[in-house]
Amino acid sequence: MPKFRQTADILKLMSKKEDIRNIGIIAHIDHGKTTMTDSLLAEAGLLSPKIAGEARALDYLEEEQKRGITIKTANISLLHEMENRPYVINLIDTPGHVDFTGKVTRALRAIDGAVVVVDAVEEVMVQTETVTRQALEERVRPVLFINKVDRLIKELRLNPDEIQKKLIRIIRDFNNLIDIYGEPEFKEKWKVDPSKETVAFGSALHKWGFTLSMAQEKGIKFSDIVDAYAKGEYQALPQLLPLHTAILDMVVKNMPNPIEAQKYRITKVWKGEMDSEIGRVMLKCDDNGPTVMCITLAQVDPHAGLVATGRLFSGSIKEGDRIYLVNAKKEYRVQQVSMYMGAFREVVGGITAGNIAALLGLDLARAGETLVDIEHKDAMFPFERIKYVSEPVITIAIEPKHPRELPRLVDAMNRLSIEDPNLVTTINKETGEYLLSGMGELHLEIAVKFLRDYSGGMDIVTSRPIVVYRESVAKQGIEAMAKSPNKHNRFWIQVEPLEEKVIEMIEKGDLAEEMGRKRMGTVLKEAGWPTEEARNIWALEEHRNIIIDLTKGIQYLREARDMIISGFRWACESGPLCEEPLRGLKVKLMDVKLHEDPVHRGPAQVMPAIRRAILGSFLTANPVILEPVYKIGVSVPAQWVGESSSIITRKRGRILSSEQRGALTTITGYIPVAETFGLSAEMRSATSGHAFWQCTFDHWEKAPESVAAEVIRQIRERRGLSPEIPSPKRFIDEA
Amino acid sequence: MGEIVFVGLGLYDEGGISLRGLEEVKTADKVFVELYTSLMPHFSIENFERISGKKLHMVSRKELEEENGEAILKAAETGKAVLLVPGDPLIATTHVALRIQAEKLGIKTRIVHGASIISAVIGLSSLHNYKFGKSVTIPFSEASETPYEVIAQNKKVELHTLCLLDVKAEEKRYMRIHEGLESLLKIEEKRKEKIVAMDTLVVGIARAGSTNPTVKAGFLKDLLSYDFGEPPHSIIFPGKLHFMEAEALMVLAGAPESLKEIVE
Ligand SMILES: Nc1nc2c(ncn2[C@@H]2O[C@H](COP(=O)(O)OP(=O)(O)OP(=O)(O)O)[C@@H](O)[C@H]2O)c(=O)[nH]1
Ligand SMILES: [Mg+2]
Repeated sequence: MPKFRQTADILKLMSKKEDIRNIGIIAHIDHGKTTMTDSLLAEAGLLSPKIAGEARALDYLEEEQKRGITIKTANISLLHEMENRPYVINLIDTPGHVDFTGKVTRALRAIDGAVVVVDAVEEVMVQTETVTRQALEERVRPVLFINKVDRLIKELRLNPDEIQKKLIRIIRDFNNLIDIYGEPEFKEKWKVDPSKETVAFGSALHKWGFTLSMAQEKGIKFSDIVDAYAKGEYQALPQLLPLHTAILDMVVKNMPNPIEAQKYRITKVWKGEMDSEIGRVMLKCDDNGPTVMCITLAQVDPHAGLVATGRLFSGSIKEGDRIYLVNAKKEYRVQQVSMYMGAFREVVGGITAGNIAALLGLDLARAGETLVDIEHKDAMFPFERIKYVSEPVITIAIEPKHPRELPRLVDAMNRLSIEDPNLVTTINKETGEYLLSGMGELHLEIAVKFLRDYSGGMDIVTSRPIVVYRESVAKQGIEAMAKSPNKHNRFWIQVEPLEEKVIEMIEKGDLAEEMGRKRMGTVLKEAGWPTEEARNIWALEEHRNIIIDLTKGIQYLREARDMIISGFRWACESGPLCEEPLRGLKVKLMDVKLHEDPVHRGPAQVMPAIRRAILGSFLTANPVILEPVYKIGVSVPAQWVGESSSIITRKRGRILSSEQRGALTTITGYIPVAETFGLSAEMRSATSGHAFWQCTFDHWEKAPESVAAEVIRQIRERRGLSPEIPSPKRFIDEA
Repeated sequence: MGEIVFVGLGLYDEGGISLRGLEEVKTADKVFVELYTSLMPHFSIENFERISGKKLHMVSRKELEEENGEAILKAAETGKAVLLVPGDPLIATTHVALRIQAEKLGIKTRIVHGASIISAVIGLSSLHNYKFGKSVTIPFSEASETPYEVIAQNKKVELHTLCLLDVKAEEKRYMRIHEGLESLLKIEEKRKEKIVAMDTLVVGIARAGSTNPTVKAGFLKDLLSYDFGEPPHSIIFPGKLHFMEAEALMVLAGAPESLKEIVE
């Protein structure tokens, strides 16, 4: 079995950091990531070269094989020899469909470089842009593989000149993305260039590929390849220009090894003190320092329990080690350490800094968790929560056909919510509602399939999808006072819109609760907040709401602080318009009067009063409904551009750009999520099925008043609320 | 317009109410009772209804606080409503909010006092009530350091501190003496001001108002493991002792003989 020999070889090499590369494959849907990765796998001895390219070994979930798309991310480690020197490549294949973007984001934390695959026919697409942006934001260096070149020759029948033009355009468009999203220190260095071996061309399906220097070395010109296809001799190409050599040589030569990468990536992905013991060892990727790992993937294995996968940034980890999970605040003993081989985990006993490993026995580990050895549990500043570019914007209600199967459905929902951070599961025992919220229709459809599998094939009934909204304000509200239920405590609160700029900073992760109050204050001051407000920030809530304390010298306020923050979070969960979450609020605590005795100012007194004061002020602040808006990209032959555009504008959308690329035109625009149900059918019939299109959540936008009124009416009805929006008086008390 | 009479139930069981209070109940149009502000372990609604000949309407914290006692106010619009409250109705409760609300609506209010836990505990402890400072409740949640601060303030001016212990009637949780002491020790660990220590003199009182109260004075470390029996419990942190107080603690509350030297 070559596999075992490989495992042993790879293990030995894993301690030689100069020879490690941690990379990912990212792309727009169907551009060929999995096909390419399989070809690489075959050469590493795990799959026979013949079935690679058809089998898609990495798409090991039944659902993935059936649909021919990747849903999960898969991890593998493989061996590559270049100039007689062996290298370990820890590789992650990611899904391309927009609805699974969250998984790409998680994978990026673990890797230092990314091969961006672009389909030569379709060129740079919406999702190419999204994933490249995400990679650059995590300081992951991209290189380019232009795939499906065979189609340019065989299907489009372009001549070498036209092919060259098209390839140049792809490279230019791609570099343009680096220009827009790259950080100033890196973007010039990271722009791709065929003459610098940062671009490869090829066909993953036919398993050939080359970089310029490789072609030169072998004396091959583009016209030779065109000829090979013309003569039907393309089967010889993999021998001449093996795909894995092209890709993996490019990876080894251009991608940083973990020591080089951690020097500049730690300052981006970790906000702790660089000049601390932990900071120093991580910057050096030192095996002998404290053990620090960032968990980037949590999966439930029905037999082994929770499998936590992550990147070890420093130290080493082995079976039996005592470790601490910072977010879960829990101590564990590592039960097993393994590395990946396709769908399989190989038990390896231990692993050193700079590698990707899977751990068993840490049942509370989730994507984004920080793991540290037990001796350093108090010294560890956690990795910022991995920020997801996309938010769940549509919801379906589910229930088992047979009510007695409910407990099994709940189990399956719990498992799925562990594995998919982009999926929000809500179990409302009171109303008996079981909800799944996700990024798009496909995402939820797949989620339901998973639930079915996880629960042993149960019949699940689903509702029509509903859109998720947010409630916000357009101006400053009044200073509202609310009393605690026992009337012995009073709170004055004023809400106003949070600055767009600050919301953006939260979205980008430049402002996060993990930074601590002091750092948040500094950042906000730099962003232009008055010192008094910046210094007194108390909490930042997940839906982009901030509470600040503007009171002075209130006795016992310190004791009430956590309760006030809990009341604030509670208020943000559901607004007064229709119980959708609040978003983009600056909540200012203006004054407080408290009872002398602690039992008369406990959480049951403080929390409801805070909530009422917030909602009261909210209702006087010109409340608005925010609706989610997708960015839509449509790729369609020129004759149907008119029809496609008018569908978008008819659905309250707007066109941003329309660009001709060869025979296809790419239209990009915005469209409210609420208008996209049924878009499929309309698009298909208007273009006779010639349009390819996809939507990614882009932003929240104030819904037009007439739309908002109807949205509120429908949601209130659905939730069994009285038809009228409550008046501020219901929440505000008189002194 | 009718009226609301706040009637104290006194302590421990249905025998704690005064004759005047009972008379108010008998002549009421509607009688409410709340039993969440303190623990009356042997109060029997059934017995009370038999003695008074009136049906009792139980009111929860939610009805009195979140719903602003609307049911009581409504009953008081046209007739006489009685609200029965453990102990003395307006001592260590927040019912004054209801009283203010009623008067604002033109509803008259009166109080019929009952024996209060505060006077009962102080009496049982034999300490002079003139020498008590601020009192405080030790809450179940450990976020509050107020009890520790109150004891410290009183101690500084040599006054005694009465600590009531939290009651979560809805969850049937009643804090016991050792829990209160442990909670204070945790704060001591953080603050390190030597206010509450293993050798601090403490008086623990259980079941004040019943026929079998327990009163025990001693050093904190001994009281931690002392069996006080059923709740309700309270704690006193004595300040400077008068010689009569010291003698009473030794004779009536089993304080150690060494107390004598401390006083002298
Ligand atoms: N002609 C041609 N087809 C290719 C090539 N590479 C991939 N394909 C085909 O393109 C389709 C998508 O390939 P995948 O490898 O599943 O693409 P992917 O990027 O992994 O897709 P997702 O993971 O679902 O985003 C499959 O039908 C492949 O056979 C290529 O080089 N030439
Ligand atoms: Mg794939």
